[in-house]
Amino acid sequence: MKRYFHKELSELKNKLILLGEKSHGIATLAIDGLLENDLEKVNQAYGMDDYVDDLEMDIAHSCIRYMSLRSPVSSDLRLLLVALKASKDFERIGDEAHSIAQKSCKLLTTEGSLKNSLDLREMGTLTCQLVKDSITCFVEEDIDKAFLILKKDREIDTINQKHFDTLSDEAMRTEMSDASRFNTMLISKSIERIGDHAKNIAREVIFLLNGDQ
Amino acid sequence: MNVNFQTDSKKSDTPSTPKAVIQARDLDFSYGDSQALFNINMDIHKKEVTAFIGPSGCGKSTFLRCFNRMNDLIEIAKIKSGTIKISDVDIYDKNVDVIELRKHVGMVFQKSNPFPKSIYENIAYGMRIQGIKNKKELDETVETCLKGAALWDEVKDRLNQSALGLSGGQQQRLCIARALAVKPKIILMDEPCSALDPVATAKVEELIHKLKKQYTIVVVTHNMQQAARVSDRTAFFYLGRLVEYGPTEQIFMNPENPKTEAYVSGRFG
Repeated sequence: MKRYFHKELSELKNKLILLGEKSHGIATLAIDGLLENDLEKVNQAYGMDDYVDDLEMDIAHSCIRYMSLRSPVSSDLRLLLVALKASKDFERIGDEAHSIAQKSCKLLTTEGSLKNSLDLREMGTLTCQLVKDSITCFVEEDIDKAFLILKKDREIDTINQKHFDTLSDEAMRTEMSDASRFNTMLISKSIERIGDHAKNIAREVIFLLNGDQ
Repeated sequence: MNVNFQTDSKKSDTPSTPKAVIQARDLDFSYGDSQALFNINMDIHKKEVTAFIGPSGCGKSTFLRCFNRMNDLIEIAKIKSGTIKISDVDIYDKNVDVIELRKHVGMVFQKSNPFPKSIYENIAYGMRIQGIKNKKELDETVETCLKGAALWDEVKDRLNQSALGLSGGQQQRLCIARALAVKPKIILMDEPCSALDPVATAKVEELIHKLKKQYTIVVVTHNMQQAARVSDRTAFFYLGRLVEYGPTEQIFMNPENPKTEAYVSGRFG
């Protein structure tokens, strides 16, 4: 039997999808801005974080309100728990994108352009695709896609480790300033963290769909 | 004296300042020497659902029955002091016609109590008492009320069968339809779902949600989850006192009074 308050769950789902799209949008903009030496894009990404923060708080309030007033159980309760956790992950993706934009701004302002992009393009593309896939597997309730995200995240971790090793190498000192190497390392780490959050969301979708922790 | 209980005045009736249809002020009520309600002050707002919660004997049903003077039927029951106004009329004024008041303030009880008559006659009864004999008018009202109570589709082909043959949930919705037939503005519900199974309860709750677009509803319930689901405002009573009254969201998410917190979280009561 459909109850009048079930539409609140549909609205919650829509808000979570919107949050996911916004977070994905900021991450894409920040990484593209860096790789294209485009300060305008970087600054745009830098200013978009507040909206994501507000939306995450709105989702948290909606979840707590529904739990308090509607006595949810089973898949409804799982959806609320997932919305609470996934919205936090999306919000953190926004924070990491904000951080990438901040570091990129420093790099582009002091150096004029990214001197050595390493494998950041491949890493960025892969990571943004994972975030997009994490939204898709939630929307389409696609558990296979969710499991695939868990595997793909390891590729991002490997690239990040490679970046860390390369940037720590003495040979890089002649090519990049210490500040640039440090900022590039932090950017790589932030991209890697975005991948981790996409992986968390995939895990949450698996829990939503099959109830397994 | 015929007292006008109309509540459709448009002035001061904006969403930011909802109109109080029922106003209780400094109400003390007793059964003989035993005081049941202590200094109750409350505004009940138009076209909202207000829920009364609290442990048995806390006075919530007593307070509800003050609104249509059902307590007048109990010899020892007495308002010691204070007032209750409905649409700015003091309903305990000696000039108030209690029959008119009860037409204006309908009531649904814990146990469904259909008359041992047909489904049709249960709804038409109140109108016939009012002297309405026009068949077309009666037919239209019966259909409207059964539709309003979300029962029409289930009974339209057996209107002349006995109401006692309906299920418990259908009987309760029939009683709600019967209350609607005399065109009340306020509907009081005293534990309307306590004798119903979960599916019938869900149907009545859906009905309450639908009816609040047209009526002011006050519901007494022991089921806190039900109060949380159906009401806009909730009042928590304890030992005859109004402990806390506010938006349902506040009462169940962040009550101000520790006693309310303890009760809604199941720590006492």
